[in-house]
Amino acid sequence: MSQTHPDYRLSQLDQLEAESIHIFREVAAEFEKPVLMFSGGKDSIVMLRLAEKAFYPAKIPFPVMQIDTGLDFPEVLVTRDNWVNRLGVRLVVASIDDAIANGVVVDDGKTSRNRMQTGTLLNAIEENGFTAAFGGGRRDEEKARAKERVYSHRDEFGQWDPKMQRPELWSLYNGRLHAGEHMRIFPISNWTELDVWDYIGREGIEIPPIYFSHQRRVFERDGMLMSETPLNPLRAGEVAEERTVRFRTCGDITLTGCVESTASTIPEIIAEVSIAKLTERGATRGDDRFSEAAMEDRKKEGYF
Amino acid sequence: MPDATDSITANMDMLRFATAGSVDDGKSTLIGRLLLDSKSIFEDQLEAVQATSVSKGYDYTDLALLTDGLRSEREQGITIDVAYRYFATPARKFIIADTPGHVQYTRNMVTGASTADLGLVLVDARQGLTEQSRRHAVILSLLRVPHLVLAVNKMDLVDFSQEVYDKIHAEFTTFATKLNIPDLEVIPISALAGDNVVNRSENMDWYSGPTLMHHLENVHVASDRDLVDVRFPVQYVVRPKSDEHHDYRGYGGMVAGGVLKPGDEVVVLPSGMTSKIAGIDLFDQEITEAFPPMSVTVRLEDDVDVSRGDMIARPANAPKPSQDIDAMICWMADAPLKPRQKLAIKHTTRSARTLVKDIQYRLDVNTLHRDQETKELGRNEIGRVQLRTTVPLLCDPYSKNRTTGSFILIDEATGITVGAGMINSGA
Repeated sequence: MSQTHPDYRLSQLDQLEAESIHIFREVAAEFEKPVLMFSGGKDSIVMLRLAEKAFYPAKIPFPVMQIDTGLDFPEVLVTRDNWVNRLGVRLVVASIDDAIANGVVVDDGKTSRNRMQTGTLLNAIEENGFTAAFGGGRRDEEKARAKERVYSHRDEFGQWDPKMQRPELWSLYNGRLHAGEHMRIFPISNWTELDVWDYIGREGIEIPPIYFSHQRRVFERDGMLMSETPLNPLRAGEVAEERTVRFRTCGDITLTGCVESTASTIPEIIAEVSIAKLTERGATRGDDRFSEAAMEDRKKEGYF
Repeated sequence: MPDATDSITANMDMLRFATAGSVDDGKSTLIGRLLLDSKSIFEDQLEAVQATSVSKGYDYTDLALLTDGLRSEREQGITIDVAYRYFATPARKFIIADTPGHVQYTRNMVTGASTADLGLVLVDARQGLTEQSRRHAVILSLLRVPHLVLAVNKMDLVDFSQEVYDKIHAEFTTFATKLNIPDLEVIPISALAGDNVVNRSENMDWYSGPTLMHHLENVHVASDRDLVDVRFPVQYVVRPKSDEHHDYRGYGGMVAGGVLKPGDEVVVLPSGMTSKIAGIDLFDQEITEAFPPMSVTVRLEDDVDVSRGDMIARPANAPKPSQDIDAMICWMADAPLKPRQKLAIKHTTRSARTLVKDIQYRLDVNTLHRDQETKELGRNEIGRVQLRTTVPLLCDPYSKNRTTGSFILIDEATGITVGAGMINSGA
């Protein structure tokens, strides 16, 4: 046996963990076919860890799903597989290339793969009959997300209507659905970037090595440092050089920038995050930079 | 529990607080000030807000743009929905539920207050108490938010006058005697200039109380939880069905009240069967006690029939199952609530159907007047209602336990949450 709590105080991280576990159990009890959207990034790893705790010693009672953009960091896919194998959960991969081949989404040469994830995701949810999809979105990430519910209702077209959101009171979640609709569930809504790092540090869990400082050949584009890769050819005037960098988020390799950093341990990352001057999305995510309402617009369409 | 780490914020405690008000009260300025002074606003967020303010031709940076996240809110220049904001100081992590102030958004205020430990009501020192500030206090009191701060803002515009502050303080204290407000702090501030927000004001040496930030950092919230009356709504039955854990059967849930320990005698409701706690698990560790708001898995010594929607309590201290519910309801749908209406109800982990037997009165949230003539509740109205449920609810008065005393009402056709309920008593 372990632990005693002087005056029955629960630290804020333990409170967040308890709230998230509550959400996982609620969804598992009330929805017919949940799925956890697992990118292999840090937020989805924290989600998977919380799901592991919620049902232990039983296995997680739902599969995990990854949207394969064809542009994922190889290191992230390795970490994804390690987690899936250790927990013995079923992995569903929905591939954008397959979706294009099957005519589910159209590659017009102008739309980013990030944008095409939405059609691929909605199709995978429909094909598999998933009624609830856990996502790792946090309210501190972006201001459209700040108004998102924990249970976020999506209509039969997968769309989010911010004006029609259900009031969410106490810890009472309303999971009612009509046929064809589904719910997005955000169990780490109340976590901040710092909380996620604190938790990864406390739990000592595996995350992709690209979050830690490493040498990488990078080039500057739109004020961001991008990886040199055949998937993202250099444009005229761009020059690649080796720098000491790390990634703050793991998205599509052609859109996700890195930052110069020597942080090679979790405490060093936490120290860096604590004094960071830019949000993680503003700093390194090309997909959020298009307009003030970029995230709101993508979310309405059915994005993560 | 895992060991403590070197982390900065992991071991801090948390305060959830709700603010209500309109731009005119300086609410957004105040939140902006708290975020700025605790260094919780990032440069890219501030730059975006500055750029938008310039492009709209404002004379100053409109910090409301930080919180008004939806396009329609920015277009209309008002807060419509509840926005959640996060910041931390070395002492605490804070979650702000930022809600609109207008009467037509009462339901959003109720939503924000439902999870708050503390409510922050703003008044403009020049205007004193208004209908809106009274309404906010009434809602916070109805939702049993245990701590209330009345921030008397814009003190700079009344020459930092003690007389003005004393008058508002006295007026509010008189009004508050009609409400349930266990802890009240009245703080004179200037959100714009920063007086008494984070730093003590040099302009109000007559005020000896805490600054707003000092109060938020130090207000004692741990004792707000009920550590006496054991309430454990069973949420999920954990059955591994694996060779390794063949006989494991645990009941997952979040502790809603009291302290549970291995060896404790318990009763399972509504069946009334008794047993003892064999063990309490938190992931792969057995723990010696569980208390609110921990999510744990409880194992019992006897193989009794327990499923989701049941509640574990103590034999001498258990809620009385009841199908007749007397409650205050905040109605949230366009179409009014009427007697004989049938709705779905969710209370703790239990779902049922309910019939509206009677609407006793509508509460005027501005004056506390009880209107017994009206026999329906419109959108954003609050009233006392009698319900009959299809199955017994295992409930406590909301004044005793905010988890086992609350419920939501759901429209069975649309699936939308249409009401929030606070139980007065089982009839």
